[in-house]
Amino acid sequence: MNLEAIESEIEANVPGCRLVLIANPSPSGQHSLLLDAGHAMAVAIYLRDAASLRFDFCSNVTGIDWPAKELSEKVKVKKLVDGVEQEVEEVRKTTTPGSLEVVYHLFSIEKKLGPLVLRMSTGDRDANVHLPSLTPVWRSAELQEREIFDLFGVVFDGHPDLRRLLMWDEFQDHPMRRDYVDPDDYEYEPTAHDEVLRRANQHLSEGGGR
Amino acid sequence: MVDEKLKNELSKQGIFTTTLEQLYNWGRSSSLWPLNFGLACCAIEMIATTMARYDMARFGAEVFRPSPRQADLMIVAGTVTKKMAPQVVRLYNQMPEPKYVISMGACAISGGPFKQGYNVLKGIDRYIPVDLYIPGCPPRPEALLDAFMELQKRIDRQQLTGANRPRHLNADEPSEFPVPRFGAHDLEPANNPNVWKAPLVQISQTGTDESGSH
Repeated sequence: MNLEAIESEIEANVPGCRLVLIANPSPSGQHSLLLDAGHAMAVAIYLRDAASLRFDFCSNVTGIDWPAKELSEKVKVKKLVDGVEQEVEEVRKTTTPGSLEVVYHLFSIEKKLGPLVLRMSTGDRDANVHLPSLTPVWRSAELQEREIFDLFGVVFDGHPDLRRLLMWDEFQDHPMRRDYVDPDDYEYEPTAHDEVLRRANQHLSEGGGR
Repeated sequence: MVDEKLKNELSKQGIFTTTLEQLYNWGRSSSLWPLNFGLACCAIEMIATTMARYDMARFGAEVFRPSPRQADLMIVAGTVTKKMAPQVVRLYNQMPEPKYVISMGACAISGGPFKQGYNVLKGIDRYIPVDLYIPGCPPRPEALLDAFMELQKRIDRQQLTGANRPRHLNADEPSEFPVPRFGAHDLEPANNPNVWKAPLVQISQTGTDESGSH
């Protein structure tokens, strides 16, 4: 059963849900389905319970951080230059909003299907980081969603026990985010190189040494 | 002090002479009881050291104590994560004097292969005084036995009086060390300056070239 068939089957059976098929251009061709957060729960329940699909096993949940990116594209614009209309190239800069993404890998043990890759994306990386938890559907997602909450900062609504998993409760950062800066404890780096060397030099020049 | 020759002669005749210092040191060095705890893969080597093939019992250290109150030696065997570090320091504080620490393996010494991880402490010596370091990833059981024998030698050399007397006989020396707190970004404080000072290292400034060519 290919992904298009699953997509159309979900859309036919879960009213109102919008799915986006994200193609994977690599040879592995592991295409994925982007769910909208509002219908994610209904889609998950359908995937688990539908007689033809029976995705009964969630093997993996992971997160991706997409930081805000500045795109520059050259656009040809018609402009009046010295009274004559000319085509001028302009560079337009647009900033794509960053987002956090959660990826679920599903298998059907019963129907021997899978992996089915589901994605959910947050609105941004600061305030709109809420996504529905799929732990009520697949219990195996519980610890992995806690890990994503801990390391990426995605808040899973409906999770039965949403606490930090690896770091301590007082910790405020999200280390797997790309803009995370680890604490400045570069006072002793006997074999520094590359990034470590840069941080060690920075530490010493800021008087963090002695 | 008893003359060494006279002592030998007397022992041949069945008379055993010693000093209080020797007796005291012999007693301690021959019954070092390690604390029964391991943190990562080094602990597997530590366990192997206690078993029949390497047989740590030969040195009087077969009794791994499950309670810090009964232990003399802490073998920090494995990666100390920042989340675990306060517990390690607290266990050390709960051990009665005299107490010793062996920092076993690259991770316990410096963080090892995980040194640059945000969650790994860059060496347990930042919070507690370490007597012996064993390099290796993990060190072989022979290395742990060597460290153990070296520790015994050091205990045998200890003087009970004078300026060089060990810490547990000096009321001015601390036997407990502050337990780091969990902070918002890191452990607070990041190290104990009374125990650990960053060694001076010369970092080559030529390596700052961003292009990678020198």
